[in-house]
Amino acid sequence: MRTQLSDGLIKLANQNNEMIFLTGDLGFMALEKLRDKLKEKFINVGIAEQNMIGVAAGMASEGLIPWVYSIAPFCYARPFEQIRNDVSFHNLPVKLIGNGGGYGYGVMGATHHAIEDYGILLTLTNFRVFIPCFNEDIYPVLKLSNSNEKPTYIRLGYDESDQEYVPPKYESWRQLTRGDGPVIIVTGPIATTYIKAFEKLEKKKRPNLWILCELPILEESLPKNLIEQINLTKNLFVIEEHVAQGGIGSQISLVLIKNNISVKRFTHLFATSHHFEKSGSQKYLRKKCGIDLNNVLSRL
Amino acid sequence: MHFDAGVGHIGGNLSCIDILIVLFHKLISSNDKFILSKGHSAGALYIALWSINILKDSDLATFHQDDTLLAGHPLPNKIKNISFATGSLGHGLSLSAGIALSKKIKSIKGQVFCLTSDGEWQEGSTWEALIFSCHHNLDNLTIIVDHNNLQGFGSTNDIASMSPLNKIINGFNLEVITINGHSPEEMLSALKKKQNKCRMIILETKKGNGVSFMENKMEWHYLPLNKDQYNQAIQEVDRV
Repeated sequence: MRTQLSDGLIKLANQNNEMIFLTGDLGFMALEKLRDKLKEKFINVGIAEQNMIGVAAGMASEGLIPWVYSIAPFCYARPFEQIRNDVSFHNLPVKLIGNGGGYGYGVMGATHHAIEDYGILLTLTNFRVFIPCFNEDIYPVLKLSNSNEKPTYIRLGYDESDQEYVPPKYESWRQLTRGDGPVIIVTGPIATTYIKAFEKLEKKKRPNLWILCELPILEESLPKNLIEQINLTKNLFVIEEHVAQGGIGSQISLVLIKNNISVKRFTHLFATSHHFEKSGSQKYLRKKCGIDLNNVLSRL
Repeated sequence: MHFDAGVGHIGGNLSCIDILIVLFHKLISSNDKFILSKGHSAGALYIALWSINILKDSDLATFHQDDTLLAGHPLPNKIKNISFATGSLGHGLSLSAGIALSKKIKSIKGQVFCLTSDGEWQEGSTWEALIFSCHHNLDNLTIIVDHNNLQGFGSTNDIASMSPLNKIINGFNLEVITINGHSPEEMLSALKKKQNKCRMIILETKKGNGVSFMENKMEWHYLPLNKDQYNQAIQEVDRV
């Protein structure tokens, strides 16, 4: 998604003179074109994330629109107090971009994983979070972030959908597969690893797979079809590459309870830990916590 | 104000009130920005803003009370001339650097003044911001250090010494000057000097300056005044 990020920001920079891009020394082999386009407005702040966020807040207070990029945990965990005090308290339009959401950095190790990012940032009540699922989502997400006058976080991952797959046009909620099976709500590009296998299932078993790309969940944004399907099947799965605490599992449950929507079976599959007996790739870690395709299929 | 509210932080307010008065009366114009990184000196900042008619007597009377805009540390987006909620140390210099660099990028005139405490230089983020400010040659940024040598639970030298601060800082690419932080003439002269780089003005100050029983006493970082102490303090300050 980094190529699409760079291309998308270049497009936006053509329309927006106030854009400034800050990176914490990340972007090698990915953001060079953006650097060349933005020139003095592309600032490698160095390995100093607390300062990077404070500088971004100062710049936003002067009318610039700062986009701040790093590996996800370095972007939200290291400088959390700067995000809270400097950005969120002042409601400044700083856009954080965390690369490698979930277990995206795989065998690079637990320090690089981001499985509590949106939960943490959504405790700051004015944050809006975008979790693009497909490469094609990046530009619409950038446009929405650009026009959001409040703090924003974008969680980037890896689109694993088949090359020939054409994703539906970007929306906060989209249905990816249809059938008579359970309703499955997913955040993030892990959904792209389910599509093909779900489509092959017979209609009776095939899940209604929904991808959710914007948080917090706005009750009024819940699609009617989704509610109807939940009411019909009474069988709901929520899957996320994020810990349970602060995740969408609890957010969705709350929305359903508040709206008197009940289910007979609720299955929440999530990132269970940073630590396992041994480490491995994103695929390996997804399997360890049961959010991989095979486990999902076995739970249907 | 502090006595009426029954609160402390008086020592660090008195060590920096002189520079605040100089800045707001003699220097800061509408193009400039002031960031109070040592947010626990909010009281001194409120007084300085009151002295230039930004705040009124009635505002000061609400200090530290329910329904106030004047909390112990500045609140976000409430008072003209207070751009940021500070109070957690180590934030102000990055904010100031961001503002200063924005002004340069947008070719906007104006100076940025950031007041830090000396204890605040124990925060790693302050050094991150210093590296950044020097690297970007922020010649529109003035870092002011209220060097009163005392912090919350001891002296800076006993806790995590950076003494002498000016020598440690000297390796950076910035202009450093150490002056008497209670001499308006010295402060004004240093602040008015033409600046070619990011600069730091280290103010040698006394915690609790102007009140004999408070001067250079660590406990006045936190202690509130009792009635007798308040009367004595007022008499001494009035004499000056």
